[in-house]
Amino acid sequence: MKIAFKLAFRNLIGAGLRTWLNVIVLSFSFVVIIWMKGILVGWDHQAKNDMEQWEIGKGQFWHNQYDPYDGFTITDSHAPIPSEFKPEIEKGEMVPMLFAQGTIYPQGRMQPAMIKGIPASQTLLKIPTHKLDSVTDAIPAIIGEVMARSSHLEKGSRIVLRWRDSKGTFDATEIEIVDIFSTTVPTIDVAQVWINLETMQEKLLLPEQATLFSFANPEENRSEVGDFRLKTKKDLTAEIDAMIETKNKGQSVFYIILLLLAMLAIFDTQILSIFRRQKEIGTYVALGYTRQQVVTLFTVEGAMHAVLAAALAAVYGVPFFIWQARVGFTVPMDTSEFGMAIAPTMYPIYSMGLILSTTIIVLLTTSVVSYWPARRIAKMNPTEALRGKIQ
Amino acid sequence: MENIIQINQLIKRFPIGKGEFTALKGINLTFGTGEFAGLIGPSGSGKTTLLNIIGSLDMPTEGEAIVLGKPISKLSAKESAKLRKESLGFIFQSYNLLQVHTVFENVEFPLLLLDYTTSERKKMVMDALEWVGLTDKVKSKPPQLSGGECQRVAIARAMVKKPSLVLADEPTANLDAANSHNILQTMLNLNRELKTTFIFATHDEKVIGYLKRKIFLKDGLVDHEEWIKK
Repeated sequence: MKIAFKLAFRNLIGAGLRTWLNVIVLSFSFVVIIWMKGILVGWDHQAKNDMEQWEIGKGQFWHNQYDPYDGFTITDSHAPIPSEFKPEIEKGEMVPMLFAQGTIYPQGRMQPAMIKGIPASQTLLKIPTHKLDSVTDAIPAIIGEVMARSSHLEKGSRIVLRWRDSKGTFDATEIEIVDIFSTTVPTIDVAQVWINLETMQEKLLLPEQATLFSFANPEENRSEVGDFRLKTKKDLTAEIDAMIETKNKGQSVFYIILLLLAMLAIFDTQILSIFRRQKEIGTYVALGYTRQQVVTLFTVEGAMHAVLAAALAAVYGVPFFIWQARVGFTVPMDTSEFGMAIAPTMYPIYSMGLILSTTIIVLLTTSVVSYWPARRIAKMNPTEALRGKIQ
Repeated sequence: MENIIQINQLIKRFPIGKGEFTALKGINLTFGTGEFAGLIGPSGSGKTTLLNIIGSLDMPTEGEAIVLGKPISKLSAKESAKLRKESLGFIFQSYNLLQVHTVFENVEFPLLLLDYTTSERKKMVMDALEWVGLTDKVKSKPPQLSGGECQRVAIARAMVKKPSLVLADEPTANLDAANSHNILQTMLNLNRELKTTFIFATHDEKVIGYLKRKIFLKDGLVDHEEWIKK
């Protein structure tokens, strides 16, 4: 086998341009696959990180009735704050939130919105809730950039907010947009209006009640508390995982096409080699190689394209990866309404596992497409091969 | 003189379309150590077929060829390869050098298959290149060499492991007269110095002139033999 590697290397280097063309195509596949997978990993990491910092903390407790995808559940999704949660809330390690459906009237037009009450003093989430302490003669409210854009609202805008309290009575008041925050997490931005929790409880006639809680400490040893069920970080980011998984599958098609192109080039080279290098094959046999050894030599030769490609990919790929990890990849479109936490610039993350798995996949695939045509050698008659007769 | 090849009633048939062609029709021959012999005959006389069978590159249809004590028809593919690797050298009409390898690497190739260390290989390759007068072309590749030089590299490759038997199929067919004589003289010297048996398949008068034993083949049979006492 050692000889096969030695000879294969000599043959490949000796073949010059033919080898390097294949190697360049294959190295391109390496770099693109690792980069695209790195982007997905980076996106996954960024999305989960942003969700944790802006929305969920280390996990949440949801009211049993609460279903974010069913508007009819919102009205009944509240219960008194359990006494077990109070120590954590007082220490600032848990944030209660109360949700209700409402309507805003920007420029006189009716627009549904989710009203979310959150303590102005909280620091667990990155939402700039301290702005809710602003002194105005209307109720101070904050909204995200997407909401501001879609509702034509800006800092200082005053609009009417209408809701229905727990007794079923409709009420309305004026709110003032005291801040517009920028976030990549659409679920705290799109069609959301944030006001102080106490104001919210008062307006809904639900004192000391909440819909859900975000907490700071990991969910170890936590379980259902009263009307509230535990939602781990894993549960809450499951959609991201599903989306990344779907995206990954979609990208796999692209990887397969890339690999197929590279493999086609190698397969073609191998097939041509077997016809063009018949005399050489005959010579190997005459000098004492078994046919199986010749098949191994040709397979190693083909597979070695992947090794050279990995080396070449490292030469130009590593600086590219480092540069990309530093400057990131800016999505060439507005991603704010994708319904997912997509930052305008995504920073790829490359792991050793990603690089190793990609290398192994490419190496295995190259070996298979090299072995396939090389099997023909085993059927060759060496005396015919020595004369270079096509069989 | 010890016999190293014993050929008994050797028949070789090749399928042609629905029928078959008999290339060798019952050859009986023996070759001893250190012979410088040639199978002589026109195209189709069976000389290359016989050489291929002696070289275990092909199998007899009937009869037997015992080479260095090994019955060719009974050897497995691995055993055939081992015989070629350890004891036989081949020289071809069109040199059959590995084009992308240097002269050194071409000559080194048979040694890679045997258990020699790097330093042993280097010494053996340089010795072989010295026999053929090509020590100054170590780093050249075959496309940079003349036909005569290529064939000398092929001889060095065949001789580097000091095999018991060298089989040369029309070794001078692509060479001019001067180069042919040069090559043949080299082989003759190696035959004398190393006691290696050389068997040629040829119809080239220049080669025939150097042979000590001439075996004339005609239509797959030995027509007659001549021994030259020099």
